[in-house]
Formats: sequence, structure tokens, C-alpha cells
Amino acid sequence: MDGVHDLGGMDGFGAVEAEEDEPVFHQPWEGRVFALSMTMGARGVWNIDMGRFGIELLPPEVYLTSPYYERWFRRLENLLVEHGLVDRDEIANGHASRAGEAQGTATFTARDVGRVLARGSFVRTEAAAPRFASGDRVKARNIHPHSHTRLPRYVRGHVGVVERVHQPNVFPDSLVRGEGEDPQWLYTVQFEGRELWGEDAEPGTSVSVDAFEPYLEPA
Amino acid sequence: MSARDAGHGSTLSDLEIRVRALETVLVEKGYVEQAALDQLVEAHETVIGPHIGARAVARSWLDADFREALLSDAASAIAPLTFAGRVGDQLIAVENTPDVHNMVVCTLCSCYPWDVLGLPPVWYKSFAYRSRAVKEPRAVLADFGVTLPPETTVRVWDSTAETRYLVLPMRPAGTEGWSENRLTKLVGRDCMIGVGVPADQAVG
Repeated sequence: MDGVHDLGGMDGFGAVEAEEDEPVFHQPWEGRVFALSMTMGARGVWNIDMGRFGIELLPPEVYLTSPYYERWFRRLENLLVEHGLVDRDEIANGHASRAGEAQGTATFTARDVGRVLARGSFVRTEAAAPRFASGDRVKARNIHPHSHTRLPRYVRGHVGVVERVHQPNVFPDSLVRGEGEDPQWLYTVQFEGRELWGEDAEPGTSVSVDAFEPYLEPA
Repeated sequence: MSARDAGHGSTLSDLEIRVRALETVLVEKGYVEQAALDQLVEAHETVIGPHIGARAVARSWLDADFREALLSDAASAIAPLTFAGRVGDQLIAVENTPDVHNMVVCTLCSCYPWDVLGLPPVWYKSFAYRSRAVKEPRAVLADFGVTLPPETTVRVWDSTAETRYLVLPMRPAGTEGWSENRLTKLVGRDCMIGVGVPADQAVG
């Protein structure tokens, strides 16, 4: 979706301000939101792209005015209700009114922590040969799906060069709809700064995105 | 995070109450044990962090074979150095040279190599960094006090898929003969995201 989350190239957000000796979590509730999101995500009722889409679907004014872990919290509440794991009245009361649902894996216990400390695998085997090779000139397609996609707006319609051919990966645009993994070849495509930003580009800069094959066409 | 990102709203305590309420509901419904939540928080506060990536960088400065392994398959090369003993299978190490400086961003959300750098700092997740890194990386570097020669190309990697990037900074001058442990301390998190460079050391 063409949402406010797709920030690449926008102006007006000010300077990047780094914090000295920053803690991992600034408030205890941030750590709890992180851990609740990871454990409920590991249950397998929704996938990683449904999770990302959950953040993109927050109203723009909420997205832009909520700190990072508040966006996570709102997303978690919404996903839990949407998938029937929790009801709104339970959230409002702060207590369970009904037993838990069976869908997904069993109770996440301390023994399961190791499972979420390393990232999962998104690589899949794909019988078809990749359409593009390193060095090929490709154009990022001018697509504007209302659903979740991982092709940022700032490269759409622009021409770049395939720099790396990765392995086939699960395809977010399909995963998010619950339509299966539909593995697609993944490429690092490099764009010259001038191609993306014209006369306003900083000299001697280039940007790459990691693009799934359906995002690209020969140039 | 800048003030424009609304980092510190007055709803904070309200939010804290809501988070506690949701945790209670999820525990009562049997979805998760409190001890598991505690351990996950603790692991990210204490054992998973940029020291993992820093050790790999320092080793790459000392051991040419390790450097090659890192550049060809960073996930396999780094796995033994991590807490979990494995990392996501698409970790990519990119090396800075006098000709090319690498910098990593995720414009669409905040993708970051958690298993080798820990959770990302607030600035990495900020709207300012996510919006500007791809359009004016040299200006962003200037915000971090880094000025590169004009002949050094700035190469920005936008992490738009499940690939994750680790920048290998150049070894600073004046560190000949240093041990891996000593070199590791020079490699800050920002160097491995590409918005910092390890400081040259006084010779002698």
C-alpha cells in the first residue's frame, strides 16, 4: 500500500539524532511489548508480513505520532482480535473471559525462547531458473497494490542494475494475503543516485533495494 | 528520535497500563508464560548485542580466510560467534574500502540484523533516518560527524527483503599488532550500520 510507512526520500523529518549510551528498552513496557509480539508471532497464527502489514494499516496520524513500540502494541492488539485469539472486551477488562483458542502452537514457555532468538529461514527451492542475471539492467515496475508490498515507491519506474542474485525467497505480497509462500527469486538491484533523485541527488551515491522477481521487468 | 517523531507523549503511563492488561489476558488465556517473556527481555538486554558483530569485524581484520568466509557467506561464518549459535540465513557482509562506503537502512520498517547487532537504536527506527538515508546519505553521515572524501562513493543498502546487512569498516590506522579483543573494542555499533568509522589510533 502507498502508506506513510514508505518513507524513503521524504523530506521534513529533521536531523537524525543519536542518543549516547542508549538502553535497549527505554521503559519496561517496551520490553514487554517486544516479548509479547515475538511470542505471539511464534505461535504461527499470522506470518511476518501480516505483522508488517498490521503496522502499515495503522491510521497515518497514529503511525506518525506513536513511538515505535506503541505501533507494535497497537498492531498486536489488532492482530489478536482479528484472528480471534482475544476479544475486545477482554482487552478492555484486562482479564480473560474465555479460555484460549487452540489455533497455532501450544503455550509459549521458557523452553521455547531459543526458537525466537535466531531468525527463521525464508529461503525456498524454486525449480524455475532466475529471469535476470548479475549485470542485467532492470526497471522496477510501476505497481501500486493496496495490499502489502516490499517495493518502495522511490524506486518504482526507475532503472537499475542487478548486482546480486540471491536464492528464491517466500513472497511477501502472497504471504500477507494468506495465499501461500509462492517463492520468488530475489535480487539486489542498484540504482544510481541521479537516476532516483535527478539533479538533486548527492554526487557519488547509489542505493539498492532487494527486489523480488515480480517487481522487475527488463530495461 | 526527533520531537517530530513524538517520542515522549503524555499517554505513556496510560500505555503502560494497557500493556500490563494485555499481558495479563494473554497469560490467563494460556498463550504465553510470564517466565518466557522475562527471559526474552533479558536476553536482548544482556547477551545479544553489537559485541557479536564487533568480534566478527575484528577477526576479519586479522584473519584473511575468515574475512573471505564472511564476505561469501556471513551467516555461516558468524554463527559460531552468536548466542543462539545460528543466524538468519541471508546475512550479507559488505566491506568498506577507500573507494566505497556502505550504509544500511530499512525505509519501509526497521529491518536490522538483530542476531549480530541486537535490537536497533531509536535513531535507526526514526522517520528522519528512514526518509533521508536513501536520498541524502552524505548529509545523514554529517549528522553523525562523518565526512567522506568526495571520491568515496556512498553505497546505501535498503533492507527491503529478508536479507540483512553488516558493514565491515576499514581497519583504523595505528592498530598494527593489536589483539582481536583490543580491536573488538574499537568497533562500535554505528560502524557496522555504516554511519560511523572506527577512530584511527595514535601511533607509537
